[in-house]
Amino acid sequence: MDKNTVLKVDNVSVRFNLTDEKVDSAKEYLIKFLKRELRYKEFWALRNVSFDIKRGQRVGILGLNGAGKSTLLKVIAGVLKATEGKVVTKGRIVPLLELGAGFDKQYTGAENIYLYGAMLGYPKSFLKEKFDEIVEFSELGNFINVPLKNYSSGMKARLGFSIATIVEPDILILDEVLSVGDAKFRKKSEKKIKDMFDKGITVLFVSHSLAQVRSLCDRAVILEKGQVIAQGDSKTVCDLYQEKLNK
Amino acid sequence: MKRLVDNFTKYRFLLVELVKKDIKLKYRSSVLGFLWTMLEPLLTMIVLTIVFENMFERKIPNFPVYVLCGRLLYSYFSNGTKLALKSIRRNSSMIRKVYVPKYMYPLASALSGYITFLISLIVLVVVGIVQDVKPTWYLLQAVFPLATILVMTVGLGFILATLDVFFRDMEYLWGVLLMLIMYMSAIFYDPTNLLATPKGIIIRLNPLYGIITNFRNAIFGEPMNVKYFAYTASLSVIMLVVGVIMFYRKQDKFVLYV
Ligand SMILES: Nc1ncnc2c1ncn2[C@@H]1O[C@H](COP(=O)(O)OP(=O)(O)O)[C@@H](O)[C@H]1O
Ligand SMILES: [Mg+2]
Repeated sequence: MDKNTVLKVDNVSVRFNLTDEKVDSAKEYLIKFLKRELRYKEFWALRNVSFDIKRGQRVGILGLNGAGKSTLLKVIAGVLKATEGKVVTKGRIVPLLELGAGFDKQYTGAENIYLYGAMLGYPKSFLKEKFDEIVEFSELGNFINVPLKNYSSGMKARLGFSIATIVEPDILILDEVLSVGDAKFRKKSEKKIKDMFDKGITVLFVSHSLAQVRSLCDRAVILEKGQVIAQGDSKTVCDLYQEKLNK
Repeated sequence: MKRLVDNFTKYRFLLVELVKKDIKLKYRSSVLGFLWTMLEPLLTMIVLTIVFENMFERKIPNFPVYVLCGRLLYSYFSNGTKLALKSIRRNSSMIRKVYVPKYMYPLASALSGYITFLISLIVLVVVGIVQDVKPTWYLLQAVFPLATILVMTVGLGFILATLDVFFRDMEYLWGVLLMLIMYMSAIFYDPTNLLATPKGIIIRLNPLYGIITNFRNAIFGEPMNVKYFAYTASLSVIMLVVGVIMFYRKQDKFVLYV
């Protein structure tokens, strides 16, 4: 791998098996197995996707709903394993995929900081040190000691965002998350992400807004039905995507 | 191997957090909270003692201690494996969204159960003192059954958690098996007569019986039954190895099924 390459997606394909009916119980499974009725409908959410990202590049991923963007990011984040091909990464990845996915709703905000932080692989000492900063950024105030089941979804997203972005990542992965919380928090989180951008970190970015991709990214990739149909510099690819949308 | 160690080092704080969470949440909503860890086996012991000493003629000396030994070990085994069995599906929303080494979930379940179990041993100490059971050097041998049951629970936990992802019925099947294991563990009866008959083999084959027997031997100051130890220890190591291999082979598929 080239010294400057921090992320290499190499011929990645992901297959989901869609069963026609859900086979849930052992009895059903056994009967279907014996009758050889276990037919899976194969579905390839990604097909031979390849691209490299070099240090400091900001790459936008474009594509319609169901094109496989989230699936791709999940493979890169390690949540999903590619059926074929592989992903090589260098450095700390912070995936902002679904904010607060590791939260426990019976736990208070404060307890969740440690739990979710641990899931992201941060050590306890580090979380202790950053605790106040996280609470402050999330603007939760006294709500930090209330169980999460009493939070609104905006509050959860704010807490999740504040925890996940407490470290400076080498590679930041964003999946349509530049829209968390209320307008005020949205501004603040956008600013935080822009600051990270300005520091020159590597970014992989999914957004529905072409304008955002144009202004933030220097490269872009178009996914269609799980395949890369175009990649290159952001302006050219965005123009191409615009054209396709207008058709 | 090095990758495995690095990965574990990175996430060991998560293991601590998951164990803490299991323990904390279990008692958070109850009034007596953590006291239940001790109250529950104590009450069960009292009930069993009253029932068995009145309905049957008493044959087992120190019946409360005898019952408590079996009951505490069985409870851990049953709770630990049940928690581990459900651990992957219980955490499905996280598995689908955040990368975490997945073995953390069943492992944390087995460990959190173990910690509450160790704390509940305080009851045994108290009842032992009240019943005037004199500690001897043999007491130290309790570490063997205590280690064996942990290894077995972790190993079975991996096996059951893996199976449960693919067959939802596992939970009920295991519940039935657990009941069988309970009756075959001689928790509240003396199996001496049964062991002399050909049917005794069922009890001998039940690893939990061997573990409980050796634990009782340690408490009552008798030497360890080496045969039972050899059998249960090797069986639990086999279960651990099988469990780890099964889990490792299937873990990438979990996310597609949970
Ligand atoms: N766990 C899953 N099981 C089966 N199909 C899935 C699963 N996750 C995603 N898919 C399918 O894969 C395709 C791509 O989904 P996704 O990556 O979420 O698209 P996007 O984020 O581009 O809208 C969709 O058709 C979706 O239905
Ligand atoms: Mg998506």
